[in-house]
Amino acid sequence: MLLKELSALASPLSQGQVEKLKQLTAQLTPVQQAWVSGYLAANANQANADVNLPQADSSPTLTILYGSQTGNGHGIAQSLAEKAQSQGYAVNLSSMGDYNVRQLKQESLLLLVVSTHGEGEAPDDAIELHQFLASKRAPKLEQLHFSVLALGDSSYEFFCQTGKDFDQRLRALGANALTELIECDVDYEEQAQQWQTQVIDAVKPLLQTSSASVVPISQAQSATSQYSKQAPYTAEILVSQKLTGRDSDRDVRHVEIDLADSGIQYQVGDALGIWFSNNPQLVNEVLTSLSLSGDEQVQVKNASMTLRDALLNVKELTQLYPGFIEQWAQLSADNNLLALIEDKVQTRQFMLKHQVVDLIQSSPASTTAQAFVDLLRPLTPRLYSIASSQAEVDTEVHLTVALVEDERQGQARFGGASHFLASATEGQQVKVYVEPNKHFRLPENPDTDVIMIGPGTGVAPFRAFMQQRSVDGASGNNWLFFGNPHFEQDFLYQTEWQQYLKNGELNQLDVAFSRDQADKVYVQHRITEQGAQIWQWLQDGAHLYICGDAERMAKDVHQALIDVAQLHGALSADDAAAYLDTLRADKRYQKDVY
Amino acid sequence: MSEQKLAVNEYLKTDSDFLRGTIKEGLATQVTGSFCEGDQQLIKFHGFYQQDDRDLRNERKAQKLEPLHSFMLRARVPGGVCTPQQWLDVDRISSTLTTSNSIRLTTRQTFQYHGIPKRNLKTLIQGLDQTALDSIAACGDVNRNVMCNPNPVQSQLHQQAYQVAKELSDHLLPHTHAYAEIWLDKDKLVDTQTREPVYGHTYLPRKFKMAVAVPPDNDVDVYTNDLGLIAIAQDGELVGFNLTAGGGMGSTHGDVETFPRLADNLGFIYTKDVIKFAEAIMKIQRDWGNRVNRRRARLKYTIVDNGFDKFKAEVESRAGVKFEPMREAVIGDRGDRYGWVEGIDGKWHLTLYIESGRIKDVEGKMLQTGLREIAKVHKGDFRMTSNQNMIIAGVDAADKDQIEGLARQHGFFGKVISQTRGHSIACVALPTCPLAMAEAERYFPDFIDHVDRLQQKHGIAEQAIVVRMTGCPNGCARPFAAEIGLVGKAPGRYNLYLGASFEGTRLNKMHKENIQEAEILSELDQLFEQYAQQRNAGETFGNFTVRTGIVKAVHDAAKDFHG
Repeated sequence: MLLKELSALASPLSQGQVEKLKQLTAQLTPVQQAWVSGYLAANANQANADVNLPQADSSPTLTILYGSQTGNGHGIAQSLAEKAQSQGYAVNLSSMGDYNVRQLKQESLLLLVVSTHGEGEAPDDAIELHQFLASKRAPKLEQLHFSVLALGDSSYEFFCQTGKDFDQRLRALGANALTELIECDVDYEEQAQQWQTQVIDAVKPLLQTSSASVVPISQAQSATSQYSKQAPYTAEILVSQKLTGRDSDRDVRHVEIDLADSGIQYQVGDALGIWFSNNPQLVNEVLTSLSLSGDEQVQVKNASMTLRDALLNVKELTQLYPGFIEQWAQLSADNNLLALIEDKVQTRQFMLKHQVVDLIQSSPASTTAQAFVDLLRPLTPRLYSIASSQAEVDTEVHLTVALVEDERQGQARFGGASHFLASATEGQQVKVYVEPNKHFRLPENPDTDVIMIGPGTGVAPFRAFMQQRSVDGASGNNWLFFGNPHFEQDFLYQTEWQQYLKNGELNQLDVAFSRDQADKVYVQHRITEQGAQIWQWLQDGAHLYICGDAERMAKDVHQALIDVAQLHGALSADDAAAYLDTLRADKRYQKDVY
Repeated sequence: MSEQKLAVNEYLKTDSDFLRGTIKEGLATQVTGSFCEGDQQLIKFHGFYQQDDRDLRNERKAQKLEPLHSFMLRARVPGGVCTPQQWLDVDRISSTLTTSNSIRLTTRQTFQYHGIPKRNLKTLIQGLDQTALDSIAACGDVNRNVMCNPNPVQSQLHQQAYQVAKELSDHLLPHTHAYAEIWLDKDKLVDTQTREPVYGHTYLPRKFKMAVAVPPDNDVDVYTNDLGLIAIAQDGELVGFNLTAGGGMGSTHGDVETFPRLADNLGFIYTKDVIKFAEAIMKIQRDWGNRVNRRRARLKYTIVDNGFDKFKAEVESRAGVKFEPMREAVIGDRGDRYGWVEGIDGKWHLTLYIESGRIKDVEGKMLQTGLREIAKVHKGDFRMTSNQNMIIAGVDAADKDQIEGLARQHGFFGKVISQTRGHSIACVALPTCPLAMAEAERYFPDFIDHVDRLQQKHGIAEQAIVVRMTGCPNGCARPFAAEIGLVGKAPGRYNLYLGASFEGTRLNKMHKENIQEAEILSELDQLFEQYAQQRNAGETFGNFTVRTGIVKAVHDAAKDFHG
């Protein structure tokens, strides 16, 4: 919201307060404004804790809950909350993970935004609510009106599954649907906008405008900067340093980005969104394959630009989606492709191993510049777990980036963002924004022990954790599990961990290098080996963190932890799983997996 | 003396519980590929050194990776003799447990593995154990691998001399059980102070080297050893040895208190008394050696500091036997006899030239594969020479063609080896040796190409000149006993030494300090020109440089090596 549009009508402020605010802000630089915004947010948070805010009148509150791993869900929910507030509605915005399930039967208006994780699983912060609704404890909800927006990726077999579950369960409990379930694919923006308008219209008859709307309980965190996914900050890359040795079969980079005087603040555990441009060589290859020059004018949404520009900066080239394959199959009339799209699992496998350029080369079809652009999805930014703490690096932000590379018929194929960052030179510009992840936070009590499990680039946030704990002088113990293929080549940040060990700040480091011996050894094996001690740490209140691969690693580690609880805690399999669920509910078991 | 602070290593040895230290713990930690500083000294007694790829140090530092640590392990192979089966095992271990893809023959008649990751050490040592080899005391402040002339032409005499070398090696082996416990998972024995009857719990002040020469060959460079045994035969039977003591190459640049030295002649002893004398001399060194300054801790300094007569008297007193006067012995060539030689027992021996001792497969020179293929069919034994070469020994006349065919097929006879190249050696140096200041092995072949061209230019190519290059003054390739010695000072820079005798009976002396290739070659160009014009008949290059006053002869290293 721009200041000039600010009025008493659309804000909780009086007209006099609005005028004073306008006067003050006119004198402030953007950096000062950002600082004040943070100050006020923190102040408000404090006030929240101390005073019971005056309850809104009897008008029902619009409860908006989100559950998502990447922050997209949070973004949609936040935007919906703002719209609803601007209409004068009382709003309660919360992560599902922070929501008290017992309150559900008091709700009358519930809007849910939820993503689906991996093979149809609920994201971490949604698990508890998801389970609760399916359990016998779930109350009848006949008083409730609701709508669900599901986020997903149609290339997965269980597309939007968690959203579907929520929708079905709420209906089964007698709740009334305000809208049909909205299933959004990776390019969700437009549908999300429509849904927001739709639900706000739908709740109108049910709500009276309240003059004293409740401030959303979104945390006073990170979001103190004016920069966002839609309005990213243009930063400079300071360093892109290879971390893997010269004989490694992988290329992992340590990337340092200068946030300069942007005022951007992040917390350890947050992610950084990276907007990138596609590789010019790749764009050339696409153009050549299509026999197009790149100078053709095309329309993307409401903007006019050259085809080359669209391919470089606006459209997704390195990640395929089923819609493209389907349409390209029709266009090219390639029998193999036509057969492929009949099989979802095969299509998904194919997508993981191919890019747009592979498809248009192997199955040529003639198309126009505009038609081609229309087939492509908009470019989406990539999120990287931040590998630094501002307590240590001040206005820098560090990332640990694995270059995604592959070879097809002698042609190198790269991941869009990772290649952009890996080949960056000093001073190169990159558009960034902070994506807060409040479900991956160090314990508030610095005396609490932490166990960090982060193989591969999953180690990134733990570098941030260690920097933070070191600067804070936190007295809790720190234990890191790390793994990668080869000790000599792939020990990310080896010398830094050695230094922390030497200083006594890192108490224990267990490593698993899978390819250095005949049997493959992974972090979960080390967890099993160290089971007794892990159990002891957990009994002493340690927090557990997992970061990295979601498909295999996080599951294997989870199983290993269940085994540890069974063996060393003498629990049954069910009780061991329940024990971890309790840890998760208590925010002592947090994951940042992808 | 008692109040003086001893060298750091002395406390390490004392506190090590007979060389155990915290090696076991160091092996268990997977966070680093290195051992802690104290253990880095102790592991030498177990036969290996910690090294890192110095070419990659800066690169890896930027990658936030520790140096690329690996270990160089030297086996203990008295006299350099091993069986074909042992060679096959040694070869297999190199391929499976090291990253260097090579086996390096050393100047002390053994082989080294380079590039052993810490995690492979135990498996590797167990692999050696299974083929009856070990690395106990191959490095460290103990009696190192005992050398013995390997050329079995005089088969019976050689066999007798070899037996003595083996007995010396066995008798003077440390008794500590640490090696068996740590590497071979043997149970810990109850400690007793008598476990090191010769060494005691502090072992020697410094390394101790022995060699057995069988005249007229002096390939073992007998005078460069702490203890030298020159075999004396009567009617083809070994009767005893001329004993020498106090040789050693190591010195420190810029420290004139340190110097290389050739051994003094002590006298003749009978074979039955060898162990007595060897033990007596080692014990004197144990008790009298300098434990304050490791740079001056070798036996040579003990003799210089105490005086030769006092030393000799103490040896006789401790051995309980007097020396007889030296017997006549001809000290001859230090090179190897390349190609086929027939022994007096009718067996044939093939000496293969191996450049810098590096057994490795490269295109056109599949040396590692070649030796493996030979080992599969060979019925005799393998003998590593102190010139870093390999002898396929004890071949029946009927099998000669097969062995030679395999050698040819794998590129052992690739190029003609000049006289000088055949007599010349270089140490390993960069990138793995932590002591190296300049290149040696990697640069030496090119350098010898230049020397060959200069010799041809001046028409002296038929004259063998002993050229030796090392990356530092510790002297692994015995550079101070070379007619042309090049000792590294800095990358691309060497000190040039001249004037040693061809036979290894006189040290060289520094001629030019800290010079680069162009200057070295222009200097040699001039010297070769003079030599070609002014040499006497049969006069070697080293003798020529002394006779004509290009350098002064070194007779007493303590006094005249420097200055």
